[in-house]
Amino acid sequence: MNPVVELIAATKRYGQVEALRGVNLAIQPGEIVAMLGPNGAGKTTSISLMLGLRQPTGGQARLFGLRPTDRRARSRAGVMLQESGTTGVLTVRELVALFSTYYPSPLPTDQAVAMAGLVDKADARVATLSGGQRQRLYFALAICGNPEVLFLDEPTVGMDIEARRAFVASIRTLAIAGKTVVFTTHYLREAEELARRIVVVDRGLIIADATPRELMAKVAGKRVSFAVAHSLPVDVFRGLPHTALDVSDGRVRFLTNEPETVLKALFERGIEVQDLEVAGADLEEAFLSLTRRPEPA
Amino acid sequence: MAPLLRMLVAQTLSELRIRKRIPAFSLTNLALPVLFFTFFGLPFARQTFPNGVSVGAYLLASFAAYAVGSVMVYGFGIGVATDRGMKIDLLMRATPLPPSIAILAKVINALVFSLLSIVVLIVYGIIVGGVRQDLTVWIDIIVRLLAGSLPFIALGFAIGYSSGPNAAPALANLIYLPLSFASGLFMPLAQLPGFVQRIAPYLPSYHYGQLAWSAVGAPSEPLLTSLAWLAGYTALFMAIVTRAYRREQSLKFT
Repeated sequence: MNPVVELIAATKRYGQVEALRGVNLAIQPGEIVAMLGPNGAGKTTSISLMLGLRQPTGGQARLFGLRPTDRRARSRAGVMLQESGTTGVLTVRELVALFSTYYPSPLPTDQAVAMAGLVDKADARVATLSGGQRQRLYFALAICGNPEVLFLDEPTVGMDIEARRAFVASIRTLAIAGKTVVFTTHYLREAEELARRIVVVDRGLIIADATPRELMAKVAGKRVSFAVAHSLPVDVFRGLPHTALDVSDGRVRFLTNEPETVLKALFERGIEVQDLEVAGADLEEAFLSLTRRPEPA
Repeated sequence: MAPLLRMLVAQTLSELRIRKRIPAFSLTNLALPVLFFTFFGLPFARQTFPNGVSVGAYLLASFAAYAVGSVMVYGFGIGVATDRGMKIDLLMRATPLPPSIAILAKVINALVFSLLSIVVLIVYGIIVGGVRQDLTVWIDIIVRLLAGSLPFIALGFAIGYSSGPNAAPALANLIYLPLSFASGLFMPLAQLPGFVQRIAPYLPSYHYGQLAWSAVGAPSEPLLTSLAWLAGYTALFMAIVTRAYRREQSLKFT
């Protein structure tokens, strides 16, 4: 099967800043892919290249095997961008109907409005919408062309809980309908909940590309902390499975998937452990452990 | 792919609807030429120049030129700057709508609005000012002014691409009002100070005014001269637009 969208050795430089440092990514039809990473990791840049909003400095981007700026490719893609704006004086229905004319076989306007959960606001002017409603409007504009692939850049930012729930349901519906969805988020929980494939981007590189289950197995799951009476020898943790080690104020904190192994080794090495706490790391923490680089030696 | 004509029609109708819903802008553009004609033209509307040309018709032609130019300069100048400020262009760029269709829709919309603006002014001149001309003269004014409006469309885009939404209205005023005044669009050039009379033949609005004045039989240069000047100014303004547009594209989209 030909990929819907592809980045091939894509690099992107803004002046001195290297936003992408060689990204290879192919997304197949029907995949629901989350691009996950902290702010500034290169998620938005990746999406911009896939859409032809920006040109790669090196390598290339293909959308349906075409240059992403090609109208034939664009006609099969729906887009929701961060920080884009739209005219305020048209109503929701008018704007969705207008965007529908850009696509060869759009959804009925009312259906697109309903899928975005904006039926109550269909005749309201765009300027009167709240932040969350506006986000739903952008979702309606993204799906109104009945696209085969949806690109959603930080779709849930600004959504309240209810809007988020409706959004999640819509994505599931689209997934069932066989659509390809690519979205960015910096919430692991959101990626895990919606995506079948999570691509973790950090500092312009893909550092993980796996199913949520595989990813969860890879990241550190337990947070261990304890107090020590004496300062520890430097190499006491050497060879032990842990990440995100932090020693301060006489307290040691680290993340690990194997707390038993680590603690056993510490006892064997004669470390006196006081006030021990072992807790499940929350997802954000686990994710941080994945994106954190080892400290330079 | 969706048919381009369908996009163009929908886009144009939406632009018209948007304009209709921002009455502050639309009414200002419709009312100002009428207001100016009332102040500067109405007292002399029933007189004739020594060469037999109706002063009323001459001044209506002047203010019609002013009206179309202002629709273009303010409409595109402020409109494009506002669109950029609100990042409307960002989302549009990600859709299959070709930018040329979006621009064409705006131009058609501006031409329709210009037409409305001239018709309102002329009807006012006829009814209130008692100005009488053959219908063909009025039509001639309208056709010439609409067809010759390209330099002012380009000037509007130049302002819109080189200023932000807050600066654009001021910049448009700063450029367009002195241009109009110094070109004799508000009062005949002969009544303006000598140095203005010497500058006027170098201004785009002066040559634009000639299009309308020649329709009422009072041009002060051959039509081809006017057209050559207007073409030159169009090229100049387009060069500014291209530069500003490229700079913006390289910041936002490369």
